[in-house]
Amino acid sequence: MREIRYLSVAAEGPAIRALQADTDATYLAGGTSLLDLMKLEVLNFAQLVDVNAIPLTKIEVSNDGARIGSMVRNSDLALHPEIAARYPLLSEALLSGASPQIRNMATVGGNLLQRTRCYYYRDPSTACNKRNPGSGCAAIDGYNRNHAILGTSDHCIATHASDMCVALAALDAVVHTQGPGGERHIPFAEFHRLPGDHPEIESVLQHGELITAVSLPPPTGLRQSRYLKIRDRASYAFALSAVAAALRIEGNLIRGARIALGGVGTKPWRAVEAEQALVGKPANRATFTLAAAETVRGARTRPHNAFKVELTRRAVVRALSTIRGAS
Amino acid sequence: MKKIGPPVDRVDGPLKVTGGARYAAEVPVARVAHAVLVLSTIARGRITGMDTGKAERAPGVLAVITHKNAMHLPPQPTRETRASQGDHVLQLLQDDHVLYNRQPIAIVVADTFERAQHAAHLVAVRYEAAPVDVDLLRTRTAARAPHPPYHGTVAQTLPVESRRGDVAAALAAAAVRVEEVYTIPAETHNPMEPHATIAVWHGPTHLTVYDSTQGVFEDQRKLAASLGLPRENVRVISHYIGGGFGTKGAVWSHVPLAAMAAQKVGRPVKLVLSRPQMFGPVGARPQIEQRVVIGAGRDGVLAAIRHEGRSSVSQFDQFCEHFTAPTRALYKCPNLDTTERVVSLDIATPCQMRAPGEVTGTFALESALDELAVKLAIDPLELRLRNYAETDPETGRPWSSKSLRQCYQTAAEKFGWSRKKPQPRSMVDGKLLVGWGMATATYPANVRPASAIATLFADGTALVRAGTQDIGTGTYTVMTQVAADALGLPVEKVRFELGDTDMPETPTSGGSCTAASVGSAVHQACLGAREKLARLGNGGGADPSVDEPFAAQLARHGMKRIEARYDAKQLETRDRYAMRAFGAQFVEVRVDPELGEVRVSRAVGAFAAGRILNAKTARSQLLGGMIWGISMALHENTVYDPKLGRIMNNDLSEYLVPVNLDIPAIDVLFVPEDDPYVNEIGVKGVGEIGITGMAAAVANAVYHATGRRIRDLPITLDKLL
Repeated sequence: MREIRYLSVAAEGPAIRALQADTDATYLAGGTSLLDLMKLEVLNFAQLVDVNAIPLTKIEVSNDGARIGSMVRNSDLALHPEIAARYPLLSEALLSGASPQIRNMATVGGNLLQRTRCYYYRDPSTACNKRNPGSGCAAIDGYNRNHAILGTSDHCIATHASDMCVALAALDAVVHTQGPGGERHIPFAEFHRLPGDHPEIESVLQHGELITAVSLPPPTGLRQSRYLKIRDRASYAFALSAVAAALRIEGNLIRGARIALGGVGTKPWRAVEAEQALVGKPANRATFTLAAAETVRGARTRPHNAFKVELTRRAVVRALSTIRGAS
Repeated sequence: MKKIGPPVDRVDGPLKVTGGARYAAEVPVARVAHAVLVLSTIARGRITGMDTGKAERAPGVLAVITHKNAMHLPPQPTRETRASQGDHVLQLLQDDHVLYNRQPIAIVVADTFERAQHAAHLVAVRYEAAPVDVDLLRTRTAARAPHPPYHGTVAQTLPVESRRGDVAAALAAAAVRVEEVYTIPAETHNPMEPHATIAVWHGPTHLTVYDSTQGVFEDQRKLAASLGLPRENVRVISHYIGGGFGTKGAVWSHVPLAAMAAQKVGRPVKLVLSRPQMFGPVGARPQIEQRVVIGAGRDGVLAAIRHEGRSSVSQFDQFCEHFTAPTRALYKCPNLDTTERVVSLDIATPCQMRAPGEVTGTFALESALDELAVKLAIDPLELRLRNYAETDPETGRPWSSKSLRQCYQTAAEKFGWSRKKPQPRSMVDGKLLVGWGMATATYPANVRPASAIATLFADGTALVRAGTQDIGTGTYTVMTQVAADALGLPVEKVRFELGDTDMPETPTSGGSCTAASVGSAVHQACLGAREKLARLGNGGGADPSVDEPFAAQLARHGMKRIEARYDAKQLETRDRYAMRAFGAQFVEVRVDPELGEVRVSRAVGAFAAGRILNAKTARSQLLGGMIWGISMALHENTVYDPKLGRIMNNDLSEYLVPVNLDIPAIDVLFVPEDDPYVNEIGVKGVGEIGITGMAAAVANAVYHATGRRIRDLPITLDKLL
């Protein structure tokens, strides 16, 4: 047994100070990803600072939007009546992920930092730049069916695994943090980093920075939405391709659109060009098909994941055309 | 005995659901130490150095055993000298060779499991690695004939080639011809309970092992042989098993390694494989490529079948799935060629997995027949009826019983097959395509010699013992029923004990043979005990229970108990008849025409397998088989990294099996069948047949839904885009 230090804290200050004092410490929230990876000795922190006792568990919904505490469990968030009513995209995405048991443990803050399911990342005997910087990437020429086609680099093609994050990307969420340098409010699109030359750095969080909440702007025009997750079995599997889509249709014209993708990007993937291709156009299959093509423009595929390009195009068309009000 | 036995609840059910049933790793053993295997991370080469210092110095570590300090064992069998189907060539830390990825290369023993596990991570290994060849479909290695059958007697060793008639001439003359190639990836057994062993030495020469095994006697034989002990010095106990499916059908390296570790540290040792460790060193279904060529007349009558293929095997051991076996037996066809070949790859040795041969062979054959039916515009069920084999096509012998026609009829009726619209893409449900497919199921009725002892007590109860295993199939329950029936007692008055080499010898639980083999022995032992009692006199005939309960008879004779042993023999009728169970599978799928997602929405299977001992446990077996067939068709795929030769999807998150939402309501129907020849109790076994035919039925339904024929399993959505 590798002995680690464990500290449970009940407030943000002590949590941040504990990490400031130990560069080899990390926060423990639901633990559904962290503990798994520590058992595999993929992650080897010397200290865990348990933040489960910090009361960041409120869900506040008003006409100004929503603010969700970082320690809210995925299942509580998904089934919150006002979230389900005003942000159905988020509820659907959450409920499509993992299993009820895992959702009961997993937190909003933890899910923002969910690790990839790349087989090689999870196997310390193989080369992985994300796990062991500079060691290479065994996935690029290995088995890469589940890997990313968007946002990849020559050093990493690992897929971001979260469903919740796909919905948050579409909903223009803001991540609120508290850290040694004070508070920060990070737009969702800036929160995760592309792998580039440093796939080991997955977000803009600094050491010791604690996620305290995620806020959502009012869902104006975003209630007509759809989260479509395509996978190899009916439940409890990671996405081969997932689409979070929302449309605001007035008359027969699209006045607002949001599209984000999961299962295909190295980070939760907001498809801005595709959204632009929709706005001002009639809500019909021809428009959706054009927009779908935009979502995968620039995709870089490997032998086993090349099908994701066509699958994603079709998934985007399906998601858009099954939004209520779209034809 | 009834044709369909009552659905008696599992006699061990209360123990299992209350935690009272102790599985191998749960047996309380004083001073037990914990072992964790270190597995290789390359697939071929040599170990050039091992740094065990860190692991040895880690807290709680008792020993780190490698090829440098392992107990020196007597010569082990090779693939040429192995004694039986279960006599695997093992890797027991005797040299520095690496033959496959995740080969055991060290064993770490510590006072707690967690400490052993961490220390195992601390063992640093240096290798000289060689390039690997792990993909059957891409290898340049030539296929070759499998090694000759094992020495000794093995029930399931079949010829790897067969010929009848003149296939070339018949194919040339045939009005229509289908020729296609079908592939199946390696599939990995994932019983809920992983392999687990506790080894306890009693002095230097006597060993007791608690093991999760399908064969306590095979375990005993192999442990004794590999460790150089007399067989009688080894006792193997296996009271409860959380599924085996073939991977626990024979001893793998970790079992002797646990005993070696226990000897090294002078304490009992427990060794449980982790889920990732199940993906490599303990067998898998081989990768198989099959070519089927069928020639037929316009009326669909078969003129010739050529069925040939190759399956993967390791570089150092032998195994051949007899995937042509069902083709030799299923249909009347005057001209037949079958050939099975193997290709040696840098992989661990494959082994039996549920319905080996029959399940893989029926996928190819029953898919090809569906293609023939399409070509001829004949209903697939009608095509099979036109080629119905009234006698065994291979031997010409009569069937001991065969009710396949009734299976087709029963299942087709329940399914509503007559309402099928034959054209592909012609049936829809909203935007989804609906497809119907069917296939034939079959599995041989295996019986192997088994023994049992029955003891009648003066208090009116009985105890029956046989060494056999309950691998989750319900052996405890059905044997209790068989004994109760033979003794004329209620099941509550009978106790059945199993899972111990100190009990009468029985075969390994594989090949659907346990109910038939052990059941016959139990039945005969119980009759023997009654006869013995009858011979004591006063009551006369051979059926004393008619007049007087045996408790009263024992009391009258002043006896506390009476005991009889039966050693089962092969029935001589087995040479006069061909013996198989048969069934019919019907499947409905719904396919999203744009996204390619396939879901099975309905399935009906009807089976005739001789006497059904317990309608409930038999249904569970058949249902489980059918579900696994869906899994094989749509989900399972053991993926090797092409350079590392390492299985990368090595957990149940990435190695997909169906979840509840993937499995619809399934109808399992029994066709009653009376077979006086197959064995004393008329049982054919139901463990395997449920999975056979199922993958083809799903693939055929996918074709009907989409017009796309998928010949490479699993049928994942990317293949339908």
